[in-house]
Amino acid sequence: MTDPTPETPPTKTPAPTPLGALSDPQPVAPPRSQWRDVWDQFKRHRGALAGGILFLLIIVVVYLGPLVWPIDATYIDIRARNEGPSWAHPFGTDQLGRDTLARMMAGGQVSIAVGLTAMLLALGLGSLIGVLAGFFRRLDGPLMRLTDLFLSLPLLPLLLVMVLLFRQALSSTFGPETGIFILIVFAIGVTSWMPTARVVRGDVLALKEREFVLAARSIGTTNFNLITRHVLPNVLSPIMVSATLGIANAIITESALSFLGLGFPPDFPTWGRLLNDATVYLQDYPERVFWPGVAISLTVLSVNYLGDGLRDALDPRIRGR
Amino acid sequence: MLTYTIRRLVLSVPTLLFIALVIFLLLELAPGDPMAQVPLTVPPEVKAQMREALGLGEPTHIRFGKWLWQFFVVEPMVLTDHLFGTEFAADKQRVISWQTRSPVMDIVVQRMPQTIWVVAMAYVVGVLIALPIGIYSAYRQYSVFDQVGTFVTMVGFSVPPFFSGVLVIVIFSVQLGWLPSIYDTTHRVVDWNTFVMQLKQMVMPVMVLALQTTAQISRFMRASMLDNLNQDYVRTARAKGLSEQIVVMVHVLRNSMIPVVTVIALGVPQIFGGAIITEQIFKVNGLGQLLITAIQANDLPMVQTVTFMLAVLIVLFNIIADLLYGLLDPRIRYD
Repeated sequence: MTDPTPETPPTKTPAPTPLGALSDPQPVAPPRSQWRDVWDQFKRHRGALAGGILFLLIIVVVYLGPLVWPIDATYIDIRARNEGPSWAHPFGTDQLGRDTLARMMAGGQVSIAVGLTAMLLALGLGSLIGVLAGFFRRLDGPLMRLTDLFLSLPLLPLLLVMVLLFRQALSSTFGPETGIFILIVFAIGVTSWMPTARVVRGDVLALKEREFVLAARSIGTTNFNLITRHVLPNVLSPIMVSATLGIANAIITESALSFLGLGFPPDFPTWGRLLNDATVYLQDYPERVFWPGVAISLTVLSVNYLGDGLRDALDPRIRGR
Repeated sequence: MLTYTIRRLVLSVPTLLFIALVIFLLLELAPGDPMAQVPLTVPPEVKAQMREALGLGEPTHIRFGKWLWQFFVVEPMVLTDHLFGTEFAADKQRVISWQTRSPVMDIVVQRMPQTIWVVAMAYVVGVLIALPIGIYSAYRQYSVFDQVGTFVTMVGFSVPPFFSGVLVIVIFSVQLGWLPSIYDTTHRVVDWNTFVMQLKQMVMPVMVLALQTTAQISRFMRASMLDNLNQDYVRTARAKGLSEQIVVMVHVLRNSMIPVVTVIALGVPQIFGGAIITEQIFKVNGLGQLLITAIQANDLPMVQTVTFMLAVLIVLFNIIADLLYGLLDPRIRYD
């Protein structure tokens, strides 16, 4: 069937000179790549562009800011406690005299790291289950029932239960910070993969019937190669959109857990934790809740706009309008 | 339609059983001993008896079976006893909370009204605000109103309730001093003044919860209206000379409400879950607060029961949403 045939060069006949009216016009510019089109469409969505820039800016400030800002997040200056904004402390200080700006940056590192890692985990799980369910008919039923089951679980209560019950065990194994980080990322990841799985499954089901998949199969491509070379690149756009939504969801969930006092330990700042700490002093220093709340909201808002623009840019039906 | 309903209801039984099992096993797997607080001087046989009293003496599957029996058989019996004065459940064992040593369902019934008042009111308010916004911003697509509306819904999406709640407390309670920041559940409405007081303390929690609802539902409403406004039947309706109001408010609105109604139904259980945070902020002693305190006190029967009730709500409203879809749209009749 696939025995190698010896290379025989086809006999070349001189091509007849084409008639002027029948010759195709040669393309002058090289064909535009898909990603170029996507980028052009993305640029036209002003909100998405602003969101993307803002998100990058937040990441840069949060991760590179501590290199510039001299005060450490854990440095306690008890004489300068409960201060308002000043040049020495632009965001003020907390009840122990720790600099709020430094704590905001340290907290942002954790919050964004949790958001990104949990999103990657959820995305990986969701894509895996979606592709498997869409590609292999035998797995479709069980996997989709599993997805439905997960969708009918009350997620926030279960997250709270998981975090509360397993934090001791994990922090004694991995140390308090890493343990809680693993726990929270895992908990958020395993409770938020379902929408991705459903969207990916739907797209894979439609892709499977297309001719290029049949063609690839007919030349003997294995299932694994078929999925990685032909199916996955084509379901990239819904995956990317759910990635942005996943970051937003994970950041909000982590902050909610920290806000309820079930997140990271108290001396380990995250934005939700800072907000929770600030609510205790709500009567005396109401401005203190402002910074972490604005940081969470701005990050989520920028990511949501980014997702909105990506969805438009990656949809070929909208592109070019 | 009836067969479909029955099939869905029957299918929901294994789902719910599985969810109950997942919650039970999660609580079971958890490290931590409810007897850990008991002093070491207590002799082991007394400890064993105490475990027995908490219902911990038996293996996992038996306890799961017993919980199922208590939740699905004994508690409904108690309810019928309460309603009709019968004596089915006279000496049956009910699900007992470890914190208070009283039946879990009694506490849940006590906490229910607060949650229902705040949460249900917020949902109704949110939907009532969301629908006109969605309709108008779709009708005037890309107008200033639409742009502002889209931005506001994006903000409503993005600002988490634990920030918006604290923010309205800062503004309206701390700075302006208009509204109380703590929801007083012992407050009784007897005359006009107490009614105003009740309204005042409900404004902020309802506002915070409604902001989220409004953001989600007005986006759905707008998208659904936009889908329908370009349909052929709209052009037909205009061509035969119907007034613009009838075209939009009768023809288009009815068709675009179909997906929105299901979204509204699907959102009901979510808002019960989301109310956990809002109740925590405004100190409403509702179901969410009950769950949090139970989790913190390691009160496993209470956590199990309340979480499971939330799961029942989710499954129930999923079915309701699907049925509504079939009822409202004659093209989708599950036969």
